[in-house]
Amino acid sequence: MSVLPDIDNREANRVGMMKLTSQKRRRKKWNSEALAGYLFLTPNIIGFLSFTAVPVLVSLILSFYDWEMLIPPIFVGLENFKNLFLNDPLFYQVIKNTLYYVGVYVPFNIVAAMILALWLCSITKGVAIYRTLFFLPVLAPTVAAAFIWKYMFEPNIGFVNTFLGWFGIAGPNWLGDTKYAMLAIIIMSVWKMVGYNMVIFIAGIHSIPASLYEAAKIDGANSWNRFVYITLPMLSPALFFAVVMTIITSFQVFDQAYIMTAGGPANATNTIVMYIYESGFQFFKMGYASSIAWVLFGVIFTVTMIQMKVQKKWVNYD
Amino acid sequence: MRPKSTKKRIIQVISYTGLSFLAFLMVVPFIVMITTALKPENELFSHAGSWMGTYLAWENFTYAWNYIPFGKFFINSIFVSLSVTFLEVLTSSLAAYAFARLRFPGRDLLFYLYLGTLMIPAQVTIVPQFILMNQFGWVDSYQALILPAAFTAFGTFLLRQFFLTVPFELEESARIDGCSRFGTYFRIMLPLSKPALATLGVFAFVTQWNAFFWPLVITNTEDMKVLSVGLKMFQGIYGTEWHLMMAASAIVIIPSMIVFGFLQRYLVEGIQLTGMGGR
Repeated sequence: MSVLPDIDNREANRVGMMKLTSQKRRRKKWNSEALAGYLFLTPNIIGFLSFTAVPVLVSLILSFYDWEMLIPPIFVGLENFKNLFLNDPLFYQVIKNTLYYVGVYVPFNIVAAMILALWLCSITKGVAIYRTLFFLPVLAPTVAAAFIWKYMFEPNIGFVNTFLGWFGIAGPNWLGDTKYAMLAIIIMSVWKMVGYNMVIFIAGIHSIPASLYEAAKIDGANSWNRFVYITLPMLSPALFFAVVMTIITSFQVFDQAYIMTAGGPANATNTIVMYIYESGFQFFKMGYASSIAWVLFGVIFTVTMIQMKVQKKWVNYD
Repeated sequence: MRPKSTKKRIIQVISYTGLSFLAFLMVVPFIVMITTALKPENELFSHAGSWMGTYLAWENFTYAWNYIPFGKFFINSIFVSLSVTFLEVLTSSLAAYAFARLRFPGRDLLFYLYLGTLMIPAQVTIVPQFILMNQFGWVDSYQALILPAAFTAFGTFLLRQFFLTVPFELEESARIDGCSRFGTYFRIMLPLSKPALATLGVFAFVTQWNAFFWPLVITNTEDMKVLSVGLKMFQGIYGTEWHLMMAASAIVIIPSMIVFGFLQRYLVEGIQLTGMGGR
């Protein structure tokens, strides 16, 4: 992963230094050092292998099997994937829904987080209070937060439509309308997570040397130009990281949608992960569930790799 | 001079007004939760547009508390979250020390394997994990809630990044004075890394406290349910009684937010150190 090149370089330097200072001693003790290394790793690696690495492989193998828990698994080759892509309209529906969620949620979240971060960095008093208020929803347990928003979107007495009513707007039946249900979940998700990326961007902005802004001011750059030519390029590594991570996590949307709509109405908010849950743990089609999970991984992997390629054109690591 | 400072002041007033409005929007859901939880049932519709009913219906909290075993859920959540936190900090710090400080064949390969799994969605491993737990006969047990969550690549990654910033010299001199490798880890690295350990600890605790998917899959009896899943159960029974739903949400949210509010600094530092985790 070339996401953190500065840290990898730093380590390389340090390893270099280490080589110079203690090369002789190191060569003699190499065996005991290697042994110690493996010993230190053992507790974590046992857990890592049993609960992450091996399950990943098992899941890949399972995706080629038909297995409904009670009868022994039957090898079916690519049948699961064939069924997904050729005979399963619900699969296309959940892919479409998830892409819609990601496509609206990610830009919405990133832009809002950026605006909030810039705004907070421009004021002098009360920064900590405002930051805490914007960060608060990140801390709220998702299930409870989803309860609140289910009520907020209640068509007759919920706050959202009451609020719209003050301006003479008749709000829709948010969670009961196929046109608005996913939008409602997106609004809730942005509220919940915008503080997260905001905090990343604030750290990025604080690490930009003030001298750059002073020099630009002397040269007569206005605040928009300072944003475009200084803040944005200097912030691009943090921005890149936030975009990559937000996309990865938003493809896995489940909790909010499961609580607020359970995928309804008419599957309008059914997502890939919800479909994995239904297939695997309600219908116990373990092979089929695994194959959906691998399609999800394939999508996330492809999107991430494309971003890694494209980043060279816009991310500035100097 | 004067017009400029007036203009600045106006901009400042607009800026603070806008920010305060946005901050208010962020807090509105919490206000709605508390005010609805305190509304009498028969006034939910008649007083929909106002913040308060004719009196504060504290009994809603008593009802909500008694309808499902919240006490049991709290104890389960605390026990599971603390166990995961302890195991994760312990094993991650050991592994991170190996990755940051020791050289052995296969180290870099292993580290990239760890990093690579960060990209794999949890749902890929959830079916085999469930099957594994089923084989052990651990479905609906504390082990099943704790163990799969306790060994994370994320924790190892976070601590390794921090360990790399700790100067070598102290350890070198301790080694020359005859301190063992475990000794340098325990007596030098850990004390120097308190902030990072606290950050990871808080992250692990909050993530586990709010976790929903795995506890939903792996538990089925009331005895084993953690808060998030227990609260979901509440929805199944009282899903349309909003005053009770909001009281139940408040019972879960308020203590969590008070505790997490105090720990916020560590979370913010953790997010800024790694740019991820805890989602």
